[in-house]
Amino acid sequence: MAVAIAMDAQTVTAWMNEIAASVRAERDYLVQLDAAIGDGDHGINLNRGFDAVVLALSTEPDGTPGKLLILSGKTLVSTVGGASGPLWGSALRKAGRALGDGPTFDLAQLVDAMAAALASIQDLGAAVPGDKTMVDALEPAVAAMREGLARGASSGAILRSAAEAAEAGMRATIPMQARKGRASYLGERSIGHQDPGATSTALIMRALERTVAGTP
Amino acid sequence: MATATRRMRKIINEPDQVVKESLAGLAASVPDILRYDVANQILVRADAPVKGKVALISGGGSGHEPLHGGFVGKGMLDAACPGEVFTSPVPDQMLAATKAVDGGAGVIHIVKNYTGDVLNFKMAADEAADEGIKVEAIVIDDDVAVQDSLYTAGRRGVGATVIAEKIGGAAAERGDSLEAVVSAIKQVNARGRSFGIALSSCIPPASGNPIFDLPEGEMEVGIGIHGEPGRRRAPLGSAAEIADIMVEAVTSDLAAKSGSNVLAFVNGMGGTPLLELYLLYGEVEKRLRAAGLKVTRNLVGSYITSLEMAGASLTVVELDDNLTALWDAPVHTAALRWGG
Repeated sequence: MAVAIAMDAQTVTAWMNEIAASVRAERDYLVQLDAAIGDGDHGINLNRGFDAVVLALSTEPDGTPGKLLILSGKTLVSTVGGASGPLWGSALRKAGRALGDGPTFDLAQLVDAMAAALASIQDLGAAVPGDKTMVDALEPAVAAMREGLARGASSGAILRSAAEAAEAGMRATIPMQARKGRASYLGERSIGHQDPGATSTALIMRALERTVAGTP
Repeated sequence: MATATRRMRKIINEPDQVVKESLAGLAASVPDILRYDVANQILVRADAPVKGKVALISGGGSGHEPLHGGFVGKGMLDAACPGEVFTSPVPDQMLAATKAVDGGAGVIHIVKNYTGDVLNFKMAADEAADEGIKVEAIVIDDDVAVQDSLYTAGRRGVGATVIAEKIGGAAAERGDSLEAVVSAIKQVNARGRSFGIALSSCIPPASGNPIFDLPEGEMEVGIGIHGEPGRRRAPLGSAAEIADIMVEAVTSDLAAKSGSNVLAFVNGMGGTPLLELYLLYGEVEKRLRAAGLKVTRNLVGSYITSLEMAGASLTVVELDDNLTALWDAPVHTAALRWGG
């Protein structure tokens, strides 16, 4: 059986801090990936957005984990722009709603929340696996979480496999031809480049793993 | 930071303040036409809301100036929502603009077909509807360089956006109903086609680097307006050869009847001088005439740009009497002004 770890508002705040630090560190790399098949602003936009999330959470220390995720999503929608703002913004809002009003959440709830995030992204962006988008990283990550949960793996193992699945999905976008978003305009010229949205998604999943690994 | 900024050959202060400072400067240059709402980062027509008039809003990433802020004013847009450079604005801006210009006759969102713009405008329209404001969103998608729509995000919104904003704005100013204004804008989109080429990349101030490398002697064919690479790369052609490519791409897709009246819009991408744009217009006009079209109206200049990118686009819109009258109607904005 999985060790029953309880995650709380602190976990959400720590996760957002991890994402912000990771996006800041990889900002130029994301810009470089985006310049190849898009317009080169992905790292800059996400950096601005998650910095704003960190600021918003620092002035709102008392919410439930669900409320903090909703606040994080709203902040992304209001500060990122582009496609990733509405997509990750809605995803975090839906994830927050899935967590409900409780002061803590367990691994099963976290998996449901990430599934809700994926559903929101697919609903809004109408992307399916293979389109060379963030879905190509998030979908296998959520599948790995579900599978680990069913197997009764430890939280650390589950989130590690989710991060690895996201990274594998990210690398798998390299040979794909983009069918959604700005990269799709390039047609065959989008082949051979790693998708920046799948890359930042992998960063977000790796940040989640680090956060929960650090939870006592 | 300062060193990197100075290396960019741009007349700017800090890169992350470029959009805000440019909006403030635009507002300072035409205080009679528009005002800059700093808190919401929107440009609003000075006399908004105009009671009983259908209101028009557009928006998108910055870097395409004068689009859209330069088209705010009498006979065109009621508000513009500028995002960061090449980045869609956020729903908060569009919602604030919608409320600021709502004169009770409905508000139209003119949206260029890019995933980010469409998503953010959709979120804003949903929120406006929740607040009881009637919003109609029209997506402009006139770029024939994007062919296989099943496998792309669909055709991009480019040059026809300028024409749609002028014609829709004139219809609204004339007192047309929401339905009639929507119909005129949709007609421009349905009967408008565009195609662009680039001779250089461009440098977004925040990154400081060109979006792509284009070696001397080559051109990108089939570009959009965000400095993204085009469909293919080709040896740099003469003006005549470039006009051949553009006119063929646009007219074959538009398939207008012989003898149709059209508006031809030769647009500069930001770094190509008027000397060359007029020359290109001459080449284009000859070819449109040879294709059996009557160029009864035209526009030549840099109106929907990609920062300092060198290059040009051609937009052709088939006109009827109503659209022609709306094109000719007075307009008073920072970038387009005629009639009175």
